[in-house]
Amino acid sequence: MTARERIAGSVANYVDERTGAAKWMKKNLTKVFPDHWSFLLGEIVLYSFIILLLSGTYLTFWFDPSQREVIYDGSYEPLQGIEMSAAYASTLDISFEVRGGLLMRQIHHWSALIFVAGMVVHLMRVYFTGAFRKPREFNWIIGVGLLTLGIVEGFLGYSLPDDLLSGTGIRIAEAIIQALPVVGSYLAFFAFGGAFPGEAFIPRIYTVHVLLLPGAFLALITVHLMLVWYQKHTQYPGPGRTEKNVVGYPLLPVYMAKAGGFFFIVFGVTAFLGAVASINPVWLFGPYTPAQVTAGSQPDWYMGWLDGLVRMAPPLESYIFGYTISWNILIPALIVPGILFTGLALYPFIESWITGDKREHHLLDRPRNAPNRTALGVMSITFMLVALINGGNDIIATTFDLTINQIMWFSRIGIFVLPPLAFVITKRLCLSLQRADRELVLHGRETGRLVMMPHGEFVEVHEPISPEKAWLLTQHEQVPPLALEEHDASGVRRPKALTNKLRARMSRAHAVAIPKATAEDLKQIENH
Amino acid sequence: MEDNLKRLSRFRRHRAVAPVLLVLALLSIGTTFSVAGAATSGPITAAERSALIEEGKQIFLKGCSSCHGLNAEGAAIAPSLIGVGAASVDFQVATGRMPMADMSQQAMRKAPLYNEREVEALAAYVASLAPGPEIPGEELLNYERDGSVAEGGELFRTNCAMCHNYAGQGGALTRGKYAPTVMGVTPRHIYEAMITGPQSMPVFSDKTITPEEKLSIIKWIKAAEAEPQLGGAALGRVGPVTEGLLAWTLGLGLLVGVAVWLAMKAR
Repeated sequence: MTARERIAGSVANYVDERTGAAKWMKKNLTKVFPDHWSFLLGEIVLYSFIILLLSGTYLTFWFDPSQREVIYDGSYEPLQGIEMSAAYASTLDISFEVRGGLLMRQIHHWSALIFVAGMVVHLMRVYFTGAFRKPREFNWIIGVGLLTLGIVEGFLGYSLPDDLLSGTGIRIAEAIIQALPVVGSYLAFFAFGGAFPGEAFIPRIYTVHVLLLPGAFLALITVHLMLVWYQKHTQYPGPGRTEKNVVGYPLLPVYMAKAGGFFFIVFGVTAFLGAVASINPVWLFGPYTPAQVTAGSQPDWYMGWLDGLVRMAPPLESYIFGYTISWNILIPALIVPGILFTGLALYPFIESWITGDKREHHLLDRPRNAPNRTALGVMSITFMLVALINGGNDIIATTFDLTINQIMWFSRIGIFVLPPLAFVITKRLCLSLQRADRELVLHGRETGRLVMMPHGEFVEVHEPISPEKAWLLTQHEQVPPLALEEHDASGVRRPKALTNKLRARMSRAHAVAIPKATAEDLKQIENH
Repeated sequence: MEDNLKRLSRFRRHRAVAPVLLVLALLSIGTTFSVAGAATSGPITAAERSALIEEGKQIFLKGCSSCHGLNAEGAAIAPSLIGVGAASVDFQVATGRMPMADMSQQAMRKAPLYNEREVEALAAYVASLAPGPEIPGEELLNYERDGSVAEGGELFRTNCAMCHNYAGQGGALTRGKYAPTVMGVTPRHIYEAMITGPQSMPVFSDKTITPEEKLSIIKWIKAAEAEPQLGGAALGRVGPVTEGLLAWTLGLGLLVGVAVWLAMKAR
């Protein structure tokens, strides 16, 4: 035993005697994780969160969350002598007087955009591979909660500097609160401590932005990761991988090294963006005053779809018992997002109700093998993209020489037509891919080698695929649809006949598949 | 002597000779022009003025009357020009907006068709039809002396930014119309745009925005034009749309690329 080993051993022993950590560490540090690039998407989010905490803390040292009026006398000449809130003035000071302040602000903002974008792609991975199925439904809900909080947290951060753009955003948020029937105006007064803009809102959202929501994030992320740990990570199908094992590398040393390195890469990419590309140049926007608004007022991308929905809503209003109901805000800004996010959160339960599948799943689906789910996912993405495009309609109009009206009508019609179209196309694509898989297993790979037979016929040589590949293409199970008869054995109509009928129909749609190649099929061909 | 000539002929084929000669030629032409041009400027006589108006009328008849009418009275496709003033003509023609290239939503800025002298003549002709806003003289446009950047910014955000964007980059209006960028526009044309209200733009009379305030706006625009890209690439100064695009493409693109690389099996 060398001296170094002796010292390390006694230190470890000292710690273990007092914490009893050795047993736990030994078990958990060798925990195996499967290896796939798409399993690192969630890590992008986690590391962005850490970057946000660090850079955000730096910003709090100088940010003054107050709507007290001050006269700017800093070094940015075009604003000297202008009245503004202390929040805006301190943001300018962070940008121009504090060493590294502008870089830190830009890192913070770029990181926020990547944070939410990372959540979205992570969610897509989990969705399209069916990783949300039992036993991971709770973790899915936590994930949806984190996404929602992420959007809110981002919006609050966008609102804090009290520049012209953030003030416009707050004004729209106020309008959305006011659109709630009956209680809207009261809620808005409550939130703003009086009439808009007041002096209370920025200090309030500051507390929520730096204390409440980061705390909630920490708690939820912890539970999210603990559940991943406890339930073990899902894995893609492959030879030797089953519902009962995990094939991969141990946490120590492989994943510690990979994950640690990846953190620095995420930090590096974010810092690179912060260093070379301007984001939220608040000094150009000027201080917020309710009398001003600028062309190209847009939210950050994760709110862009919401803005796009509001922009495409026709001007509908009703007056009922002296109350105004602004359907043009209420529907696109509250009802539709409410339905979307509730549906998203409940999707694991909906799918399990449709399929009747209550078993545990640790092996992931290839998206093509769940055509209905994949098509529904692409349909949702299409909906969001149409809404997002309309959110940037003015920029798109000037950039591509279009008219705002054309884009608005494209979105108004497209939001109804394109998602179902995307559903049909995706489902067909999935089934075609299944067909191609079947072909590949049965007839092998096309080699491109043409051979002339003695009698003059040309044939292309097919090469059998590897057993590993064949396994991958045939390992999935094809569950038949639920058998839900309208009448029971004695011919009596079952209760809830309508619900059953709907469920049976959806189950049939969900179970549509090209029969996968079986051993019998292969044998038949070989005998052939 | 022989040697000198040889040396000269060596220089003749030097690769810097052509650019240097070109610059010299341009300089001499420019100087000649400015000397010749200076001679003709100065207060003009009534006779010169009526000659100018007559010249403008001839240009108008050839280039403008097919849409605006033989007497500038307007027609179904173009407005009357009686009373629009010299400032309006100077803005529309000297920025290349008129004559229009096609009957699209709005006349766009392009290389002007008429030279300075012709624009002056056209303006004089239209101004002779009825009184209207005049072309602001150089002495009125001393924005460097009479304007204030901060006040100009405040005025710009209150009166202009809603269409022209917070940084003067322009923005979309309804049905394909748009507020053009105000970057790279001469102070005189900015001033004329404010007093004449071309196309979709409202008129900002001297009662709404005083002449000094107009100079402040011009000074702010010129400051915005010259402002360095603080904080890195400005991404067009059009707000969060380009930022979101970059975050998804470059930011997330790089990170997903690295993730793929990290998960690759060592070979």
